[in-house]
Amino acid sequence: MRAGRSALLVAPTGAGKTLAGFLPSLTALADRPPAKTSRGLHTLYISPLKALAVDIARNLEAPIAEMGLSIRVETRTGDTPSHKRTRQVERPPDILLTTPEQLALLIAHREASDLFANLSYVVLDELHALVTSKRGDLLSLALARLHRLSPGLTAIGLSATVREPDDLRRYLVPQRSFGSDMRGSPLLEGEGQGEVCAPSEKVAHLTPALSFQEREHRGDDALVPGPMPMADLVVVRGGAAPDLHMLDTGLTLPLAGHTAWQAMPAIYDLIGRHRTVLVFVNTRLQAEYTFQELWRINEESYPIALHHGSLDASQRRRVEAAMAAGQLRAIVCTATLDLGIDWGDVDLVVNIGAPKGASRIMQRIGRANHRMDEPSKAYLVPANRFEILECQAALDAVEAAAQDTPDARLGAPDVLAQHILGMACADAFDPVQLYDEIVSAAPYATLSWEDFEAVVDYVATGGYALRAYERFAKILRGPDGLWRVRDARTAQQYRMNVGTIVESAKVKVRLARANRARPGAVLPRGGRVLGEIEEDFADTLTPGDTFLFAGEVLRFEGLSEDEALATRAGPGTDPAIPSYAGAKFPISTFLAARVRAMIADPFEWDRLPKQVSDYLVQQRTRSVLPGATGLLVETFPRSGRYYLTAFPFEGRLAHQTLGMLLTRRLERARMRPLGFAANDYGIAIWMTRDLSARIATEPEFLDALFAEDMLGDDLEAWLDESAMMKRTFRQCAVIAGLIERRYPGQAKTGRQVTMSTDLVYDVLRKHQPDHLLLRAARQDAATGLLDVRRLGVMLRRVQGHIVHKALDRVSPLSVSVMLEIGREKVYGEGADEILAEAEAQLLEEALG
Amino acid sequence: MALGVRLEKTTKAPGLTLAGEHLTLDLCGGLWLAAHRTLVVSDLHLEKGSAFAARSGQFLPPYDTRETLACLHEVVARLDPARVVALGDSFHDARGPDRMEPGDRAMVAALQEGRDWVWIAGNHDHAVTEGVGGRYAETLTVGGLTLRHEPSPEAEDGEVSGHLHPCGKVAMRGRAVRRRCFVTDGRRLIMPAFGAYAGGLNVRNPVFEPLFPAGFTAHLLGDGRVFAIGRAMLAKD
Repeated sequence: MRAGRSALLVAPTGAGKTLAGFLPSLTALADRPPAKTSRGLHTLYISPLKALAVDIARNLEAPIAEMGLSIRVETRTGDTPSHKRTRQVERPPDILLTTPEQLALLIAHREASDLFANLSYVVLDELHALVTSKRGDLLSLALARLHRLSPGLTAIGLSATVREPDDLRRYLVPQRSFGSDMRGSPLLEGEGQGEVCAPSEKVAHLTPALSFQEREHRGDDALVPGPMPMADLVVVRGGAAPDLHMLDTGLTLPLAGHTAWQAMPAIYDLIGRHRTVLVFVNTRLQAEYTFQELWRINEESYPIALHHGSLDASQRRRVEAAMAAGQLRAIVCTATLDLGIDWGDVDLVVNIGAPKGASRIMQRIGRANHRMDEPSKAYLVPANRFEILECQAALDAVEAAAQDTPDARLGAPDVLAQHILGMACADAFDPVQLYDEIVSAAPYATLSWEDFEAVVDYVATGGYALRAYERFAKILRGPDGLWRVRDARTAQQYRMNVGTIVESAKVKVRLARANRARPGAVLPRGGRVLGEIEEDFADTLTPGDTFLFAGEVLRFEGLSEDEALATRAGPGTDPAIPSYAGAKFPISTFLAARVRAMIADPFEWDRLPKQVSDYLVQQRTRSVLPGATGLLVETFPRSGRYYLTAFPFEGRLAHQTLGMLLTRRLERARMRPLGFAANDYGIAIWMTRDLSARIATEPEFLDALFAEDMLGDDLEAWLDESAMMKRTFRQCAVIAGLIERRYPGQAKTGRQVTMSTDLVYDVLRKHQPDHLLLRAARQDAATGLLDVRRLGVMLRRVQGHIVHKALDRVSPLSVSVMLEIGREKVYGEGADEILAEAEAQLLEEALG
Repeated sequence: MALGVRLEKTTKAPGLTLAGEHLTLDLCGGLWLAAHRTLVVSDLHLEKGSAFAARSGQFLPPYDTRETLACLHEVVARLDPARVVALGDSFHDARGPDRMEPGDRAMVAALQEGRDWVWIAGNHDHAVTEGVGGRYAETLTVGGLTLRHEPSPEAEDGEVSGHLHPCGKVAMRGRAVRRRCFVTDGRRLIMPAFGAYAGGLNVRNPVFEPLFPAGFTAHLLGDGRVFAIGRAMLAKD
């Protein structure tokens, strides 16, 4: 790194890699001769969390003071006051710590070329977490701009262990030349512990450019080009192997369910025997449930706290502060504490429920005992029998240090649109030069010139075939061939819109007091705010509905302006509404493959608890086991209905999409499907016609049902009306600046005057289905909420390998997915069915 | 899971009576007065997309006018009215007609061909008729009905108005459906907005209360037919 070559530093948590990332820069700063005037920014540090940037700044100040260096370190986040921001541009510090969004704003600044002219180092922390999202796309474009503004720039990436370090190595350095040195460089050996790998070859050829359409279809393949420039790789091995176990309570676990209620006393016992325990769960609902259960049995009154994304920010800060001060014995938390600073002295991590992915579980385990020489101690707690399999697969993966981080991303077009407008705000741009710069960013390396032009056209006038907005253009091309931003207002709009995180609209949950004088009525206001719920979820609540929130069962009383009013439900009330929106990750492909392999191979069963192997033996006796590659489909009758179950093991999201598509097809085949349910391993669909009989008379029926062409017209037809697709479109539209962001605190105008993105989506789909933003939304759907790509890979894989079992009753395996029925919303229900039921009530009133 | 209601797959539009006139509520959001061969549509908000572009530089897809006119064409072709009444706010703003594409302008002219076309004054487009054909009126009387843009607080029986863009929401078992709707108490009727980009105001909003002191029924535009929903089943936003 001292040689000025970009490098990726891969090290386990606790190895002190962040400070290591600053070493070359601190050395260089210490070595420089004293200067009288400001010399411009020397080192830039980018972190995914602003709290982390602030924490690192504090940690840097100590060594700088100890060494007696005159180095100015500052942070710049959304909280930095504007006078300080102005000063930071006029008189930059030596080291600036900031976030990807703030960096985007800085490079779009008119002074950017001066500000970054002498930049020597850029340090990208937690790179593995950044690159898997649109934030990573935005950062890659900013990095390309930095490489251009400061040709000698050294980029240092810091990452936890990842499956494909080469993806990250490419990310750090320009993928195509725009004048700087772009040769690949050999690997450096870290101090004694380094791992040597072959030097990357010199660049022989570059990937041919692909259109968005091709990029979309080729998926991963598009990112496996010939040799491309990569940063050096430094791997710090070691750290003690984690002390990891599966919690065995000796009890028989149910076949479904995610609450792990049986394990609560054992977890409570562990809390009693440790200093501070982090209890990770997968959803906010589980967090709420676990917190409540632990307090129910908390006879010792241990200080146990709750932390998740929906809670009021001030409450979360209080929990973090109490934890840092060592005042808490346990914190029940969701992914909100996956990353970040080390709060306090955690000596045990407990992960409840399915691990979902090997990398995720390693990240979580790493939250305990942040010291290299001591092992991190963790327990995995399965909540049902399937999760035992998943936990075992995760244990194996951790032992083999195997990783399942997602594939490198294809840069999103909506993010590119935002960036291009930002670049026009910084200075007039030459399109050819900007194109060269953009394709030097790894996620955009395969972007074709035509698609680049389409994005520029979108930024200028919306990219519509009907050239209606030429005279309102946001960027204009002058006679000199350069594009410039139209006016100061447009630049201001860009600054207000920067970033890729689109928060869904939220409403506050306020505790209302029941009106004693009038039973059933509540006094508005008065109570405290408990947190926020998504507006989409609040929309589905009717007064009287009970749900779990902030550690209590609440009764929804109604909406008052933009707040949801709730009262505490009576003791012993079960929450009626199953969950409110919170992140749910599907099982990773990697872990799913391990689970499948374990099920398919009876020799593996010895390693499993008896309750699991017994269950698999029963399945083998009654039906067959799903193989390691094919697809098991079972059909059977049950209480007057006919069921189809299938076990693709591709995760909930892909299964929900599959369920929607299969339901459509069965409807067309006149099988009268009524609904479906999905979990991470399989789906169940029920109907009123006998499917087993149909397959007996039409042997090719099942193959046709699962044919890959369902991803054609059926998918398109469904996407037309899919609420998830509309949500995806809305996010793209906000990122690309089509729709303005709604800011918290901003007055909510009546819906009558606001523009609903759904209306825009419907109209655009009908009149210009190949519009850039629709392509962007489809690209997101492939990997996001609909997981279409994963489904496609599965359908291709199982062609001709479908194993059908017609049974006279439900099999042990099918029970697990049948138990999901009623636990989640049924997507098969159309709007008209809901309206018809409401209408029937009116008829009853009239007749009754 | 299965619903207790079997859906009738019928496109037969429901009817109701107001001031002695028989009204047909069309699934497209239009009101059909068969006895007078008159079609009423409200709040077209033509050129709303381009109004955003002109005012704030938000480039919404400029196809809303085309889409609204295509829906209007469908219902006009089906019913062949002798008269079409656009019940105000036909354009999103006073400059709307100037921004209209030539193709869309021709579409309006074709729709007007051979029939009486009345633009009722709205609050967005007061006195806009230049170059868009048809005639202009503040209000219009058709049989026992009075057609005006804004519902008046002390209206006579038989008032048909628009302006409020009523929408009804039904929430059930963790799902919510929000649709445009007609609202009536048997004395007056408020029509849904017809325009592709017109938003909606929930009928449980307080502004509806003084207009319907004795309650109302909302007729929601479903996918396959119009549904009559009582106030008790309608949720607030």
